[in-house]
Amino acid sequence: MSAVISTDICIIGAGPVGLFAVFEAGLLKLRCHVVDALPQPGGQLSEIYPKKPIYDIPGYPEILAGDLIDNLMKQIAPFHPTFTLGERVESFAKLDDGSFRLTTTDGTEVQCKAVAIAGGLGSFEPRKPAVENLERFEGGKGVHYMVRDPEHFRGKKIVIAGGGDSALDWTNFLANVASEVTLVHRGTTFRGAADSAEKVQKLHEAGKIKLVLSSNVTHLHGNGHLQEVTITGNNGQAETVPLDAFVPLFGLTPKLGPIGEWGLGLENDAVLVNTEDYSTSLPGVYAIGDINTYPGKLKLILCGFHEAALMCQGAFKYIYPDKKYTLKYTTVNGAPSL
Amino acid sequence: MENDIRIYVEDAPGQRRELEAPTDMGLSLMELLKANDYPIQATCGGMALCATCHVEILAGPPLIEPSDDEWAMLDTLPVLHETSRLSCQIRLQPNLDGLVIRVADPA
Repeated sequence: MSAVISTDICIIGAGPVGLFAVFEAGLLKLRCHVVDALPQPGGQLSEIYPKKPIYDIPGYPEILAGDLIDNLMKQIAPFHPTFTLGERVESFAKLDDGSFRLTTTDGTEVQCKAVAIAGGLGSFEPRKPAVENLERFEGGKGVHYMVRDPEHFRGKKIVIAGGGDSALDWTNFLANVASEVTLVHRGTTFRGAADSAEKVQKLHEAGKIKLVLSSNVTHLHGNGHLQEVTITGNNGQAETVPLDAFVPLFGLTPKLGPIGEWGLGLENDAVLVNTEDYSTSLPGVYAIGDINTYPGKLKLILCGFHEAALMCQGAFKYIYPDKKYTLKYTTVNGAPSL
Repeated sequence: MENDIRIYVEDAPGQRRELEAPTDMGLSLMELLKANDYPIQATCGGMALCATCHVEILAGPPLIEPSDDEWAMLDTLPVLHETSRLSCQIRLQPNLDGLVIRVADPA
Protein backbone atom coordinates (compact mmCIF):
# COMPACT_ATOMS: atom_id res chain seq x y z
CA MET A 1 0.00 0.00 0.00
CA SER A 2 0.86 3.68 -0.21
CA ALA A 3 2.52 5.77 2.48
CA VAL A 4 1.32 5.56 6.07
CA ILE A 5 -1.55 7.94 6.84
CA SER A 6 -0.66 10.17 9.76
CA THR A 7 -3.30 11.90 11.90
CA ASP A 8 -4.22 12.94 15.43
CA ILE A 9 -7.28 10.75 16.03
CA CYS A 10 -8.14 7.68 14.00
CA ILE A 11 -11.88 7.13 14.19
CA ILE A 12 -13.02 3.57 13.51
CA GLY A 13 -16.55 3.75 12.13
CA ALA A 14 -18.10 6.41 9.90
CA GLY A 15 -21.58 6.35 11.40
CA PRO A 16 -23.21 9.51 12.77
CA VAL A 17 -21.27 9.37 16.02
CA GLY A 18 -17.91 8.80 14.34
CA LEU A 19 -18.61 11.68 11.96
CA PHE A 20 -19.64 14.08 14.71
CA ALA A 21 -16.46 13.20 16.60
CA VAL A 22 -14.58 14.76 13.66
CA PHE A 23 -16.39 18.03 14.41
CA GLU A 24 -15.67 18.00 18.13
CA ALA A 25 -12.05 17.08 17.49
CA GLY A 26 -11.79 19.86 14.92
CA LEU A 27 -12.87 22.44 17.48
CA LEU A 28 -9.80 21.35 19.46
CA LYS A 29 -7.62 21.59 16.34
CA LEU A 30 -7.24 17.83 16.24
CA ARG A 31 -7.20 16.23 12.78
CA CYS A 32 -9.07 13.00 12.11
CA HIS A 33 -8.88 10.04 9.77
CA VAL A 34 -12.00 7.87 9.56
CA VAL A 35 -11.98 4.17 8.58
CA ASP A 36 -15.11 2.17 7.83
CA ALA A 37 -15.69 -1.33 6.45
CA LEU A 38 -18.65 -0.12 4.39
CA PRO A 39 -17.94 1.63 1.09
CA GLN A 40 -19.79 4.84 2.06
CA PRO A 41 -19.98 6.99 5.20
CA GLY A 42 -23.05 6.85 7.44
CA GLY A 43 -22.88 3.35 8.94
CA GLN A 44 -26.23 1.62 9.27
CA LEU A 45 -28.06 4.90 8.56
CA SER A 46 -26.78 4.83 4.97
CA GLU A 47 -26.54 1.06 4.57
CA ILE A 48 -29.78 -0.15 6.14
CA TYR A 49 -32.31 2.64 6.48
CA PRO A 50 -31.36 5.84 4.59
CA LYS A 51 -35.03 6.62 3.89
CA LYS A 52 -36.28 6.12 7.45
CA PRO A 53 -37.22 9.29 9.32
CA ILE A 54 -35.59 9.88 12.71
CA TYR A 55 -37.55 11.93 15.25
CA ASP A 56 -35.20 12.31 18.21
CA ILE A 57 -32.35 14.40 16.85
CA PRO A 58 -32.42 17.67 18.84
CA GLY A 59 -33.47 20.57 16.64
CA TYR A 60 -34.92 18.34 13.92
CA PRO A 61 -38.61 17.45 14.38
CA GLU A 62 -38.02 14.86 11.65
CA ILE A 63 -35.00 14.05 9.49
CA LEU A 64 -34.27 11.17 7.10
CA ALA A 65 -31.33 9.05 8.19
CA GLY A 66 -29.59 9.71 4.86
CA ASP A 67 -30.10 13.46 5.19
CA LEU A 68 -28.63 13.45 8.69
CA ILE A 69 -25.49 11.84 7.29
CA ASP A 70 -25.34 14.38 4.43
CA ASN A 71 -25.65 17.20 6.97
CA LEU A 72 -22.94 15.74 9.19
CA MET A 73 -20.59 15.42 6.21
CA LYS A 74 -21.26 19.10 5.42
CA GLN A 75 -20.75 20.08 9.06
CA ILE A 76 -17.35 18.38 9.32
CA ALA A 77 -16.09 19.42 5.87
CA PRO A 78 -14.29 22.54 7.23
CA PHE A 79 -12.07 20.23 9.30
CA HIS A 80 -10.92 18.29 6.21
CA PRO A 81 -11.24 14.77 7.59
CA THR A 82 -9.72 11.99 5.49
CA PHE A 83 -11.37 8.63 4.91
CA THR A 84 -10.48 5.02 4.21
CA LEU A 85 -13.74 3.33 3.19
CA GLY A 86 -14.46 -0.28 2.32
CA GLU A 87 -11.68 -1.55 4.56
CA ARG A 88 -11.91 -3.00 8.04
CA VAL A 89 -9.33 -2.23 10.70
CA GLU A 90 -7.72 -5.58 11.45
CA SER A 91 -4.80 -5.05 13.71
CA PHE A 92 -3.79 -2.59 16.25
CA ALA A 93 -0.46 -1.80 17.92
CA LYS A 94 0.42 0.69 20.62
CA LEU A 95 3.89 2.09 20.07
CA ASP A 96 6.44 3.01 22.74
CA ASP A 97 5.74 6.75 22.44
CA GLY A 98 2.04 6.19 23.27
CA SER A 99 0.90 6.55 19.67
CA PHE A 100 -0.88 3.87 17.66
CA ARG A 101 -0.48 2.05 14.36
CA LEU A 102 -3.61 0.55 12.79
CA THR A 103 -3.66 -1.74 9.75
CA THR A 104 -6.70 -2.48 7.59
CA THR A 105 -7.77 -5.57 5.67
CA ASP A 106 -6.25 -4.05 2.53
CA GLY A 107 -2.99 -3.17 4.23
CA THR A 108 -3.63 0.56 4.68
CA GLU A 109 -1.69 1.84 7.67
CA VAL A 110 -2.77 4.68 9.93
CA GLN A 111 -0.42 6.27 12.44
CA CYS A 112 -2.32 8.24 15.10
CA LYS A 113 -2.02 9.75 18.57
CA ALA A 114 -5.36 8.46 19.82
CA VAL A 115 -7.99 5.96 18.66
CA ALA A 116 -11.74 6.47 18.85
CA ILE A 117 -13.77 3.32 18.25
CA ALA A 118 -17.20 4.31 16.94
CA GLY A 119 -17.92 0.92 15.43
CA GLY A 120 -21.66 0.75 16.15
CA LEU A 121 -22.92 -2.81 15.84
CA GLY A 122 -19.53 -4.04 14.74
CA SER A 123 -18.92 -5.21 11.21
CA PHE A 124 -21.38 -7.35 9.31
CA GLU A 125 -20.20 -10.93 8.85
CA PRO A 126 -21.74 -14.02 7.25
CA ARG A 127 -23.97 -16.21 9.37
CA LYS A 128 -22.69 -19.80 9.43
CA PRO A 129 -24.98 -22.81 9.39
CA ALA A 130 -24.46 -25.54 11.96
CA VAL A 131 -22.70 -28.11 9.79
CA GLU A 132 -19.99 -30.35 11.14
CA ASN A 133 -16.50 -29.76 9.73
CA LEU A 134 -17.52 -26.46 8.13
CA GLU A 135 -14.43 -24.66 9.40
CA ARG A 136 -12.15 -27.38 8.06
CA PHE A 137 -12.95 -26.37 4.50
CA GLU A 138 -12.82 -22.60 4.92
CA GLY A 139 -10.06 -20.49 3.44
CA GLY A 140 -10.07 -21.71 -0.15
CA LYS A 141 -10.75 -25.37 0.57
CA GLY A 142 -14.26 -25.36 -0.83
CA VAL A 143 -16.51 -23.41 1.57
CA HIS A 144 -17.36 -19.83 0.55
CA TYR A 145 -19.62 -17.63 2.66
CA MET A 146 -19.93 -15.01 -0.04
CA VAL A 147 -19.42 -14.69 -3.75
CA ARG A 148 -16.61 -12.21 -4.20
CA ASP A 149 -15.81 -13.08 -7.80
CA PRO A 150 -18.37 -15.17 -9.73
CA GLU A 151 -15.63 -16.17 -12.21
CA HIS A 152 -14.08 -18.23 -9.45
CA PHE A 153 -16.95 -20.68 -9.93
CA ARG A 154 -16.77 -20.92 -13.73
CA GLY A 155 -17.13 -24.50 -14.88
CA LYS A 156 -17.41 -25.80 -11.32
CA LYS A 157 -20.00 -27.87 -9.53
CA ILE A 158 -21.45 -25.87 -6.69
CA VAL A 159 -24.05 -26.33 -3.99
CA ILE A 160 -25.67 -23.18 -2.61
CA ALA A 161 -27.63 -23.32 0.66
CA GLY A 162 -30.11 -20.72 1.85
CA GLY A 163 -33.53 -19.28 1.17
CA GLY A 164 -33.02 -15.54 1.30
CA ASP A 165 -32.44 -12.97 -1.40
CA SER A 166 -28.74 -13.55 -1.79
CA ALA A 167 -29.10 -17.35 -2.12
CA LEU A 168 -31.75 -16.86 -4.83
CA ASP A 169 -29.89 -14.09 -6.64
CA TRP A 170 -26.60 -15.97 -6.74
CA THR A 171 -28.31 -19.18 -7.84
CA ASN A 172 -29.81 -17.29 -10.77
CA PHE A 173 -26.54 -15.61 -11.63
CA LEU A 174 -24.25 -18.61 -11.23
CA ALA A 175 -26.57 -20.87 -13.25
CA ASN A 176 -24.86 -19.41 -16.32
CA VAL A 177 -21.36 -19.52 -14.89
CA ALA A 178 -20.92 -22.76 -12.97
CA SER A 179 -21.19 -26.15 -14.67
CA GLU A 180 -23.72 -27.37 -12.14
CA VAL A 181 -25.70 -25.46 -9.50
CA THR A 182 -27.74 -27.09 -6.76
CA LEU A 183 -29.78 -24.91 -4.42
CA VAL A 184 -30.65 -26.48 -1.08
CA HIS A 185 -33.37 -24.81 0.99
CA ARG A 186 -34.72 -26.07 4.29
CA GLY A 187 -38.23 -24.83 3.49
CA THR A 188 -40.68 -25.61 0.72
CA THR A 189 -41.19 -22.06 -0.49
CA PHE A 190 -39.27 -18.83 -0.84
CA ARG A 191 -41.35 -16.17 0.78
CA GLY A 192 -39.12 -13.17 0.73
CA ALA A 193 -38.31 -12.36 -2.89
CA ALA A 194 -41.04 -13.31 -5.34
CA ASP A 195 -39.20 -12.33 -8.55
CA SER A 196 -35.97 -14.18 -7.94
CA ALA A 197 -37.86 -17.17 -6.52
CA GLU A 198 -39.83 -17.42 -9.76
CA LYS A 199 -36.62 -17.31 -11.81
CA VAL A 200 -35.11 -20.10 -9.72
CA GLN A 201 -38.23 -22.19 -10.24
CA LYS A 202 -38.05 -21.67 -14.01
CA LEU A 203 -34.36 -22.57 -14.16
CA HIS A 204 -35.18 -25.70 -12.22
CA GLU A 205 -38.02 -26.66 -14.57
CA ALA A 206 -35.74 -26.07 -17.57
CA GLY A 207 -33.18 -28.40 -16.05
CA LYS A 208 -30.57 -25.64 -15.71
CA ILE A 209 -30.22 -26.03 -11.94
CA LYS A 210 -31.13 -28.57 -9.31
CA LEU A 211 -33.50 -27.43 -6.58
CA VAL A 212 -33.60 -29.48 -3.39
CA LEU A 213 -36.32 -28.30 -1.01
CA SER A 214 -37.17 -29.35 2.56
CA SER A 215 -33.54 -30.30 3.00
CA ASN A 216 -30.31 -29.21 4.61
CA VAL A 217 -26.65 -29.76 3.90
CA THR A 218 -25.68 -31.84 6.90
CA HIS A 219 -22.19 -33.23 6.30
CA LEU A 220 -19.10 -32.20 4.40
CA HIS A 221 -16.55 -34.72 3.17
CA GLY A 222 -13.14 -34.38 1.65
CA ASN A 223 -9.50 -35.01 2.15
CA GLY A 224 -7.94 -31.56 2.36
CA HIS A 225 -10.30 -30.01 -0.18
CA LEU A 226 -14.07 -30.39 -0.04
CA GLN A 227 -15.24 -33.24 -2.33
CA GLU A 228 -18.77 -34.20 -1.34
CA VAL A 229 -21.67 -32.98 0.75
CA THR A 230 -24.51 -34.92 2.27
CA ILE A 231 -27.93 -33.38 1.77
CA THR A 232 -30.52 -34.66 4.21
CA GLY A 233 -34.22 -34.17 3.68
CA ASN A 234 -36.57 -33.24 6.49
CA ASN A 235 -37.94 -36.78 6.04
CA GLY A 236 -34.54 -38.20 6.98
CA GLN A 237 -33.50 -39.34 3.49
CA ALA A 238 -29.93 -38.48 2.64
CA GLU A 239 -27.99 -38.25 -0.59
CA THR A 240 -24.35 -37.51 -1.22
CA VAL A 241 -23.43 -35.06 -3.93
CA PRO A 242 -19.94 -34.51 -5.39
CA LEU A 243 -18.96 -30.84 -5.76
CA ASP A 244 -16.17 -28.30 -6.02
CA ALA A 245 -17.62 -25.60 -3.77
CA PHE A 246 -20.24 -25.21 -1.06
CA VAL A 247 -21.71 -21.72 -0.72
CA PRO A 248 -23.90 -21.28 2.37
CA LEU A 249 -25.70 -17.91 2.10
CA PHE A 250 -27.59 -17.18 5.30
CA GLY A 251 -27.29 -13.42 5.44
CA LEU A 252 -25.08 -11.23 7.54
CA THR A 253 -25.05 -10.69 11.25
CA PRO A 254 -23.14 -7.98 13.07
CA LYS A 255 -20.13 -9.18 14.97
CA LEU A 256 -17.73 -7.23 17.11
CA GLY A 257 -14.94 -8.62 14.92
CA PRO A 258 -11.25 -7.94 15.53
CA ILE A 259 -12.03 -5.17 18.07
CA GLY A 260 -12.91 -7.98 20.47
CA GLU A 261 -9.33 -9.20 20.35
CA TRP A 262 -7.54 -5.97 21.17
CA GLY A 263 -7.45 -6.62 24.89
CA LEU A 264 -10.05 -3.98 25.77
CA GLY A 265 -12.42 -4.51 28.68
CA LEU A 266 -15.67 -5.90 27.27
CA GLU A 267 -19.15 -6.70 28.52
CA ASN A 268 -21.67 -8.53 26.33
CA ASP A 269 -19.70 -7.70 23.19
CA ALA A 270 -19.61 -3.98 24.02
CA VAL A 271 -16.53 -2.00 25.04
CA LEU A 272 -16.53 -0.90 28.68
CA VAL A 273 -15.79 2.82 29.11
CA ASN A 274 -15.32 5.41 31.79
CA THR A 275 -18.04 8.02 31.31
CA GLU A 276 -15.74 10.87 32.29
CA ASP A 277 -14.07 10.74 28.86
CA TYR A 278 -15.29 7.47 27.27
CA SER A 279 -11.83 5.99 27.66
CA THR A 280 -11.45 2.22 27.46
CA SER A 281 -9.19 0.08 29.60
CA LEU A 282 -6.32 0.96 27.25
CA PRO A 283 -5.05 4.56 27.65
CA GLY A 284 -5.42 6.53 24.43
CA VAL A 285 -8.21 4.31 23.09
CA TYR A 286 -11.78 5.58 23.39
CA ALA A 287 -15.13 4.05 22.48
CA ILE A 288 -18.26 6.05 21.64
CA GLY A 289 -21.75 5.30 20.35
CA ASP A 290 -23.48 1.92 20.18
CA ILE A 291 -20.24 -0.02 20.58
CA ASN A 292 -19.63 1.05 24.19
CA THR A 293 -21.38 0.25 27.43
CA TYR A 294 -21.58 1.82 30.88
CA PRO A 295 -24.18 2.06 33.64
CA GLY A 296 -27.21 3.83 32.19
CA LYS A 297 -26.10 3.44 28.57
CA LEU A 298 -28.72 4.37 25.99
CA LYS A 299 -28.08 3.42 22.38
CA LEU A 300 -29.21 6.72 20.91
CA ILE A 301 -27.55 8.91 18.31
CA LEU A 302 -27.95 11.94 20.54
CA CYS A 303 -26.15 10.19 23.41
CA GLY A 304 -23.37 9.27 20.99
CA PHE A 305 -22.96 12.93 20.07
CA HIS A 306 -22.52 13.83 23.73
CA GLU A 307 -20.02 11.00 24.14
CA ALA A 308 -18.07 12.28 21.12
CA ALA A 309 -17.71 15.74 22.71
CA LEU A 310 -16.41 14.40 26.01
CA MET A 311 -14.20 11.85 24.28
CA CYS A 312 -12.42 14.59 22.32
CA GLN A 313 -11.64 16.48 25.53
CA GLY A 314 -10.14 13.28 26.92
CA ALA A 315 -8.17 12.57 23.76
CA PHE A 316 -6.83 16.15 23.78
CA LYS A 317 -5.52 15.68 27.31
CA TYR A 318 -4.00 12.31 26.35
CA ILE A 319 -2.24 13.82 23.33
CA TYR A 320 -1.20 17.09 25.02
CA PRO A 321 -0.91 16.34 28.74
CA ASP A 322 0.77 19.69 29.42
CA LYS A 323 -1.56 21.96 27.46
CA LYS A 324 -4.32 23.80 29.27
CA TYR A 325 -7.59 23.94 27.44
CA THR A 326 -10.62 26.18 27.96
CA LEU A 327 -13.94 25.39 26.36
CA LYS A 328 -14.81 27.70 23.48
CA TYR A 329 -18.28 28.23 22.09
CA THR A 330 -18.80 28.02 18.32
CA THR A 331 -20.81 31.27 18.57
CA VAL A 332 -17.72 33.17 19.64
CA ASN A 333 -15.21 32.40 16.92
CA GLY A 334 -17.42 32.30 13.84
CA ALA A 335 -17.42 29.55 11.25
CA PRO A 336 -15.25 26.68 12.48
CA SER A 337 -12.01 25.70 10.76
CA LEU A 338 -8.88 23.79 11.62
CA MET B 1 -51.85 -3.16 36.18
CA GLU B 2 -55.22 -3.77 34.68
CA ASN B 3 -53.98 -3.93 31.10
CA ASP B 4 -51.01 -6.16 31.80
CA ILE B 5 -50.71 -9.47 30.01
CA ARG B 6 -48.68 -12.56 30.77
CA ILE B 7 -46.15 -13.99 28.34
CA TYR B 8 -44.53 -17.34 29.10
CA VAL B 9 -40.99 -18.07 28.02
CA GLU B 10 -39.89 -21.69 27.92
CA ASP B 11 -36.32 -21.52 29.22
CA ALA B 12 -35.90 -25.31 29.15
CA PRO B 13 -38.31 -28.17 28.38
CA GLY B 14 -41.09 -28.04 30.95
CA GLN B 15 -39.71 -24.90 32.55
CA ARG B 16 -41.66 -21.74 31.87
CA ARG B 17 -40.95 -18.26 33.15
CA GLU B 18 -43.84 -15.85 33.45
CA LEU B 19 -43.26 -12.29 32.26
CA GLU B 20 -45.74 -9.58 33.01
CA ALA B 21 -46.01 -7.05 30.25
CA PRO B 22 -47.82 -3.73 29.93
CA THR B 23 -49.86 -3.25 26.77
CA ASP B 24 -50.12 0.53 26.92
CA MET B 25 -46.50 1.35 26.13
CA GLY B 26 -46.27 0.20 22.52
CA LEU B 27 -43.70 -2.44 23.44
CA SER B 28 -42.68 -5.27 21.17
CA LEU B 29 -42.01 -8.80 22.37
CA MET B 30 -38.32 -8.20 21.57
CA GLU B 31 -38.23 -5.21 23.91
CA LEU B 32 -39.91 -7.21 26.67
CA LEU B 33 -37.34 -10.01 26.27
CA LYS B 34 -34.42 -7.59 26.31
CA ALA B 35 -35.82 -5.85 29.39
CA ASN B 36 -35.87 -9.24 31.09
CA ASP B 37 -32.23 -9.93 30.19
CA TYR B 38 -32.78 -12.57 27.55
CA PRO B 39 -29.61 -12.82 25.44
CA ILE B 40 -30.98 -11.54 22.17
CA GLN B 41 -28.96 -9.03 20.20
CA ALA B 42 -31.78 -7.23 18.36
CA THR B 43 -29.06 -5.25 16.67
CA CYS B 44 -31.24 -3.38 14.19
CA GLY B 45 -33.37 -2.11 17.05
CA GLY B 46 -36.68 -3.51 15.80
CA MET B 47 -36.91 -2.84 12.07
CA ALA B 48 -36.96 -6.50 10.93
CA LEU B 49 -33.52 -6.02 9.40
CA CYS B 50 -31.21 -8.37 11.28
CA ALA B 51 -33.08 -11.51 12.46
CA THR B 52 -31.24 -11.54 15.78
CA CYS B 53 -34.47 -11.57 17.84
CA HIS B 54 -35.68 -14.92 16.50
CA VAL B 55 -38.27 -16.71 18.67
CA GLU B 56 -40.45 -19.77 18.30
CA ILE B 57 -44.14 -19.54 19.17
CA LEU B 58 -45.15 -22.62 21.18
CA ALA B 59 -48.74 -21.94 22.12
CA GLY B 60 -51.30 -19.26 22.76
CA PRO B 61 -53.54 -16.91 20.86
CA PRO B 62 -53.15 -16.59 17.08
CA LEU B 63 -50.81 -13.88 15.84
CA ILE B 64 -51.04 -11.57 12.86
CA GLU B 65 -49.19 -13.10 9.87
CA PRO B 66 -45.59 -11.91 9.34
CA SER B 67 -45.08 -9.09 6.87
CA ASP B 68 -43.10 -9.64 3.66
CA ASP B 69 -40.12 -7.92 5.29
CA GLU B 70 -40.24 -10.28 8.23
CA TRP B 71 -40.51 -13.34 5.95
CA ALA B 72 -37.57 -12.12 3.94
CA MET B 73 -35.42 -11.92 7.07
CA LEU B 74 -36.69 -15.25 8.45
CA ASP B 75 -35.80 -16.93 5.15
CA THR B 76 -32.17 -15.96 5.59
CA LEU B 77 -31.82 -17.91 8.84
CA PRO B 78 -30.02 -21.27 8.73
CA VAL B 79 -32.47 -22.83 11.19
CA LEU B 80 -36.15 -22.01 11.04
CA HIS B 81 -39.01 -23.60 12.93
CA GLU B 82 -42.61 -24.05 11.85
CA THR B 83 -43.66 -21.14 14.06
CA SER B 84 -40.57 -18.95 13.93
CA ARG B 85 -41.06 -15.21 14.27
CA LEU B 86 -38.99 -12.09 14.76
CA SER B 87 -39.99 -10.92 18.21
CA CYS B 88 -39.45 -7.26 17.25
CA GLN B 89 -42.43 -7.52 14.91
CA ILE B 90 -44.85 -8.72 17.59
CA ARG B 91 -46.60 -5.85 19.38
CA LEU B 92 -47.70 -6.58 22.92
CA GLN B 93 -51.47 -6.17 22.88
CA PRO B 94 -54.22 -7.41 25.22
CA ASN B 95 -55.13 -10.28 22.87
CA LEU B 96 -51.67 -11.83 23.32
CA ASP B 97 -52.28 -12.74 26.95
CA GLY B 98 -51.02 -16.29 27.56
CA LEU B 99 -48.59 -16.47 24.64
CA VAL B 100 -45.90 -19.14 25.09
CA ILE B 101 -42.60 -18.70 23.29
CA ARG B 102 -39.03 -19.99 23.20
CA VAL B 103 -36.01 -17.86 22.38
CA ALA B 104 -34.20 -19.46 19.43
CA ASP B 105 -30.50 -20.17 19.56
CA PRO B 106 -28.52 -17.24 18.20
CA ALA B 107 -27.20 -17.96 14.71
